[in-house]
Amino acid sequence: MNSFNRRDFVKSAGAISIAGATAGVGLSGCASVGGAAKPKVVIVGGGFGGATAAKYIAMWSEGKIDVTLVERGSAFVSCPLSNLVLGGSKSIGDISVAYGGLDKYGIKRVQGEATGFNADKKVLALADGTRLPYDRLILSPGIDFMLESLPGLASAEARGKVLAAWKAGPETVALRNQLTAMKEGGVFAIHIPKAPFRCPPGPYERACQVAWYFQQAKPKSKVLILDANEDVVSKKGLFMAAWNGKFKGVVEYRNNQEIQDVDAKTNTLKMTFGDDLRADVLNVLPPMRAGNIATQNGLNNSNKRWCQIDWLTYESTAVKNVHILGDSLQIAPLMPKSGHMANQHGKVCAAAVVALLTGDVVSAASMVANTCYSFIDDKNVVHVASVHRYDAAQKTMVTVAGAGGLSPSPNLAEGVYANSWAKNIWADMLT
Amino acid sequence: MHFQSRFRVRALALTLAGAMLAAAPSAFAQAPVSKHLARNLAAQCANCHGTNGNSVSDVPSLAGARAIDTIKKMTDYRDGKMPGTIMHQLAKGYSDEQIALMADFFSKQAK
Repeated sequence: MNSFNRRDFVKSAGAISIAGATAGVGLSGCASVGGAAKPKVVIVGGGFGGATAAKYIAMWSEGKIDVTLVERGSAFVSCPLSNLVLGGSKSIGDISVAYGGLDKYGIKRVQGEATGFNADKKVLALADGTRLPYDRLILSPGIDFMLESLPGLASAEARGKVLAAWKAGPETVALRNQLTAMKEGGVFAIHIPKAPFRCPPGPYERACQVAWYFQQAKPKSKVLILDANEDVVSKKGLFMAAWNGKFKGVVEYRNNQEIQDVDAKTNTLKMTFGDDLRADVLNVLPPMRAGNIATQNGLNNSNKRWCQIDWLTYESTAVKNVHILGDSLQIAPLMPKSGHMANQHGKVCAAAVVALLTGDVVSAASMVANTCYSFIDDKNVVHVASVHRYDAAQKTMVTVAGAGGLSPSPNLAEGVYANSWAKNIWADMLT
Repeated sequence: MHFQSRFRVRALALTLAGAMLAAAPSAFAQAPVSKHLARNLAAQCANCHGTNGNSVSDVPSLAGARAIDTIKKMTDYRDGKMPGTIMHQLAKGYSDEQIALMADFFSKQAK
């Protein structure tokens, strides 16, 4: 049902004839020939990866490539900084950016839900019946949840009560509302799935933000971190120092907390080992995999969970002419699933796609850098940084030895830089 | 002393950038080097320093900065001569050649 249906496809004959007419032109790579149609790039997902790729392909091709961005939302809402909405120091409006800033690059924007594609005919299908022909398709679909492992969250009703709020937007606001409505002395519990998941430091930052809010508004309330992992996955020393210092008596961390299921009616976790655990506000991050469009169209060729790519072009190793960015990827060693990383993927992919479609050289050397800031309270921030380079022998990205590192401790200067980072990366994607 | 070190950095930058660009096609015959290598490397900086080095926030812009100044800052961060919150860690990820290429790119960007 969700995957591309060939019969439906054939019915929309008008769209096909357009696709057929343009597909060959793009393949030739002769975009500059007078009168010929420009090569077409269609991008799915207007997040850190997709919006960046759209802007940079339009900018770097100087109008030689026709760029279309398909996004389901009406505005971009940033996952980075969204924990501050839970803490109360930012509003959802503070972390939202309109897509209109991309118009000046000549990017066509389509609001809709991409459902599948025909890899032979090179056409993307949207849920509303729209068909978009492409020479290169770029998918930046983020993550979706592996709900089959948690039957208690199968219904939308259950997921509307026990929230994930792991895609910034209405759920972020809803979780904030649950926290403000919670009684003084209550318990907020967050369950963290086994890695890998989107934003490794994110759950721990969230615990800090909720603890900071409780200290001000509900000082007898507690934050309980139930981590399925053996240990804190990211910035361990820095987060532990906060929980044992500034948030001592507020935050409790427990490792190896695997769950069997969730009872949304009673806000209860069914633990694999030990007694059931009930919380006043329960926040469950289900196990994650590549976004639906990647999973449902055979691109998830790494443990049927993530997508493998060629790190020089970000082209799928499963389907030709389809490129994948961001959290859906089977990561290279020590490369986090972060918005910053997806933005960098978008630029390497943009350079490669422009080269491929204009007959230019695809670089055999690619580098990406990562910076992840985490807010401990409203102003004090810590970071983790890394630099990655392509290793031709291993055909993957490896970290550059000696580069990168962590903050020594939470500090105000990085609070300023983190907010500045957000403004610049949002502008780098969207204006 | 100050002049001398600046001169050395400038000479290094020009030599390296020139050598990199000139040698690239032959030295890396098996590994094609894009003529956009500098642009592609510099794009890594945009997340914090703005597209093409034009910052819209408190992080300094790099666009239009003299290459010699950018090279000096990056190498000082890298070599532990300048303290930083994050740049001293990131700078260690790049070679003299890469720093020179990025600095040259930013020096040519409109502010």
